Amino acid sequence: MVSFSAVAKRYPGGQEALREVSFSIEPGELAFVTGRSGAGKSTLLKLIPAIERPSSGSVIVNGQNVGALKRAAIPYLRRNLGLVFQDQKLLYDRSVYDNVMLPLAFSAHAPKEAARRARAALDKVGLLGREKANPVQLSGGEQQRLAIARAVVNRPAVLIADEPTANLDAESAARIVDIFVAFNQVGVTVLIATHDRALVARYGRRVLTLSQGRLA
Amino acid sequence: MSAWLRQHRQAFGAALRRLARAAGILSALVIGVALSLPAGSYALLESLRALTARLTLEPQISVFLPLEAKRADAEALGAKLRADRRIGAVRFISREEALKELKQVAGISEVIAAIGRNPLPDAFVVSASAGRIEALAADLGRLPGVAHVQADALWAQRLAALEGIGRVGLGLLAALLGAALVAVTFNTIRLQILTRRDEIEVSKLIGATDAFIRRPFYYFGLLQGLAGGVVALGIVAAALALLNRELRPLAESYGSSFSFAFPPPGDALAIVLFAGVLGWLGAQLSVNRHLREIEPA
Repeated sequence: MVSFSAVAKRYPGGQEALREVSFSIEPGELAFVTGRSGAGKSTLLKLIPAIERPSSGSVIVNGQNVGALKRAAIPYLRRNLGLVFQDQKLLYDRSVYDNVMLPLAFSAHAPKEAARRARAALDKVGLLGREKANPVQLSGGEQQRLAIARAVVNRPAVLIADEPTANLDAESAARIVDIFVAFNQVGVTVLIATHDRALVARYGRRVLTLSQGRLA
Repeated sequence: MSAWLRQHRQAFGAALRRLARAAGILSALVIGVALSLPAGSYALLESLRALTARLTLEPQISVFLPLEAKRADAEALGAKLRADRRIGAVRFISREEALKELKQVAGISEVIAAIGRNPLPDAFVVSASAGRIEALAADLGRLPGVAHVQADALWAQRLAALEGIGRVGLGLLAALLGAALVAVTFNTIRLQILTRRDEIEVSKLIGATDAFIRRPFYYFGLLQGLAGGVVALGIVAAALALLNRELRPLAESYGSSFSFAFPPPGDALAIVLFAGVLGWLGAQLSVNRHLREIEPA
């Protein structure tokens, strides 16, 4: 589903974020990417939706070579991916419901079907009762769950989350990971970056450990 | 297809809501005021052109005989004039007739009485049927028994030249204020893009195409331009109504029913559409310039 081969990423200025990274995530797999801050976790995840392009090597997502994609093809790649960010990137000028509706605006769903999907996504993350609230009114954990609802509303094949549990207490963090596990159980491929080794250890899934840009 | 239409409808609705806010209304007003200048000038110029078109329909040449000419000389010249194929109608005005006409002008009769004799010569007024009026006037001036020739074409030419200057001025005004419209739209869209930075970034991250992101801005530019055009027409209509109210007594004193006319529906529509196209152009330039700067990182 996602496969890296000999991927390197150098930022302008010569900083090497990733070196010779090769791995492959099978469809339906759930894997964690761990490592210290600055080990290259975020860079690795950003290569998958083509937010960053590899300096060398190839990133294959769903059979597409992401590094070689034309600018115009990138939106269609991203529609098949669910992205969850550390800073959620929610829009605070609209309600919880409208945040979840955002990805449905440019999908081909009829309005009724879009509304049904938005409510289903909110239901799965336990926010169905908060539709009319503004994201500002939500707790940190709820905001992160809202970000997940937005990421899954288009039913992507792959979910990618960058530090989704950072800044959360252990209980809220576990709840977030449980939600990802639940999506994985219905067939979604999931890749989660986190520096929380204790959390990772509890789930007994595959772990990719990055250290100074290399996979251990 | 229905999804595509729905997206356009949503983008249109979003643009309309943005325009309905204070900032949008204010920009449309600014555009309207700017456009009312060339639109108003156009209306004035067109009204004057309609007036001068009536006046210069038949360019006339006045042929004056010497003061001492006999009536027989006049008749001989009249025959020659009527024989000339370049000449349409020929009207003879005897010096007595001319004097009678002149005396009707207020204040002149005393002057004539002071002179003590008729200072006016016999004259022919001929209308040129075709061809260059200056050449005809020159030829008539060379005929024996003709003292002086005066072609009305001269003032008609001057009027035409003035109208030409007016037209060039109008063109310049329209070009300048059209550019201002594009600039105003460019800037409003730039500000909108800046305030919607987060929304644009998130949209790009969740797979919105460039076309989807641009669409509401294009619609906004178009709608703002159209609204500005309508405002401009409103200003022109109000200004013309005011001008005409003041003009009526003046026109009546000349025995004229002249008034400044609002542009005909076709022209008015063209002004509004032109403003819309310029607004769309401003949006296009602004979106091209500013949207690429927002990339998720």
